[in-house]
Amino acid sequence: MKIYLDYAATTPVKKEVLDEMMPYFTEKFGNPSSVHSFGRENKKAISESRSKIANTIGAKPEEIYFTGGGSEADNWAIKGIAYAQKNKGNHIITSKIEHHAVLHTCEYLEKEGFEVTYLDVDEYGLINIDDLKDAIKENTILITIMYANNEIGTIQPIEEIAEIAKENSIVFHTDAVQAYGNKKIDVSKTPIDLLSISSHKIYGPKGIGALYIRKGVKIHPLVHGGAQERKRRAGTENTHGIVGFGKAAEIAYENLEEHNAKLIKLRDKLINELTSKIPYTKLNGHPTKRLPGNVNISFEFIEGESLLLSLDMVGIAASSGSACTSGSLDPSHVLMAIGLSHEVAHGSLRLTIGDMTTEEEIDYVIEKLPPIVDRLRQMSPLYEKVKGE
Amino acid sequence: MYSEKVMDHFMNPRNVGEIENADGVGQVGNPRCGDIMKMYLKINNNIIEDVKFKTFGCGSAIATSSMATEMIIGKTIEEALDLTNKEVANALDGLPPIKMHCSVLAEQAVKSAIYDYAKKNNLYFEGLKDFNPDEEEDHHHDHDEEY
Repeated sequence: MKIYLDYAATTPVKKEVLDEMMPYFTEKFGNPSSVHSFGRENKKAISESRSKIANTIGAKPEEIYFTGGGSEADNWAIKGIAYAQKNKGNHIITSKIEHHAVLHTCEYLEKEGFEVTYLDVDEYGLINIDDLKDAIKENTILITIMYANNEIGTIQPIEEIAEIAKENSIVFHTDAVQAYGNKKIDVSKTPIDLLSISSHKIYGPKGIGALYIRKGVKIHPLVHGGAQERKRRAGTENTHGIVGFGKAAEIAYENLEEHNAKLIKLRDKLINELTSKIPYTKLNGHPTKRLPGNVNISFEFIEGESLLLSLDMVGIAASSGSACTSGSLDPSHVLMAIGLSHEVAHGSLRLTIGDMTTEEEIDYVIEKLPPIVDRLRQMSPLYEKVKGE
Repeated sequence: MYSEKVMDHFMNPRNVGEIENADGVGQVGNPRCGDIMKMYLKINNNIIEDVKFKTFGCGSAIATSSMATEMIIGKTIEEALDLTNKEVANALDGLPPIKMHCSVLAEQAVKSAIYDYAKKNNLYFEGLKDFNPDEEEDHHHDHDEEY
């Protein structure tokens, strides 16, 4: 049995999506910038895809700009606004639990002379609205807060944050890479100025994403060159990627409620069973303000990588916030920010559920995981004390 | 990423457990970095008669602990002190570069347990002259992530 529970890392491309993409590799291969018919059919395909994506978030098609993925969209939003608005100020507000595409971009800008406030989060991973209000200064030019967290699934009060930014005339960007395809997003109602999304998280191809830029927001380009994307993002368009992204977005929002209901049911079953069957466990993230497919649990006294290897041996693919899996010295910055101790953060397991997940697969995990945790605990010197009590 | 031997020692670790009234007990590593190794020795006539370990850590931390215990059982204390991290890693058919520190921990766990034995019995071993049980081990990792 092979079970994939790492949908937050990436998703498979859906058959219907691939079918739409296929002609654009071979017969419909033209450069969209060309005047001839080969080019024109591509331009049309891109424009249709742009409209499909715009429709899913209540935007106008001309407010959607294709990028090479979520990381590029985040980089562009933050650097592009910082440079375009630096005559107004040099202060940026973000949070401590952003994806590295946001955090490392902010750290880069600090070296370039910008000042960044990193907001704390509470034990669930939620920012405090009063902290945000207090952090706003005369020279604040950008607030960038993620819609939903990739590790613990916590969903921020984005509407409220966006309103605060608007009241203070500050540009608001949100990294919605994890939320897109899982949340109803409407930029015609919520004053979000920029929003990053990615195709491979919603059953589309990798290497394609988009940045929504509200009409009238001044931003510098990140990639200079040709006149593509209204002169804001140069480079010959990834037509097959764009077509796939458009189709994936359309499917995601056609079936949103059904998709969410299914995922939440499986998610809560997994959370309830694992935390009740296995002692010394802790759910990371918020119990309800949470992405429908996200489960993140810390198992005390054991380390995440050995947990992942053991799960892999029985065919279960998952991920962890342990240092040994992220490749850095410390465990995940998100788990540290919600106040976990190093030991507990090292023992975290993220299982993310997707469209292809079945109840049988969830039952299989519920059956296989407890003995694995027990085996590793029996080997752990940290568990001895607890057993003795 | 891991050799078959590493996976074998991870899935079927040798000598897991504790020794009651052990002659030497050593613990190295810290929870901050995500690995702790504890080693128990039974020593008779300068020979390591039995070894048991407990490890909190990643797959290679568990595998290197297991391999190190196998490599010192039946050996003299001097022979056990000669065990290097490279020998442990080689015996496992190698470790990924970012996991070499696990083999260093295994070597230190052995030394730390012998250090405890030497201290309790007022013994001196040439092989421990450079060993400092409180020394923090230096980690080095590379970055790799998803988006």
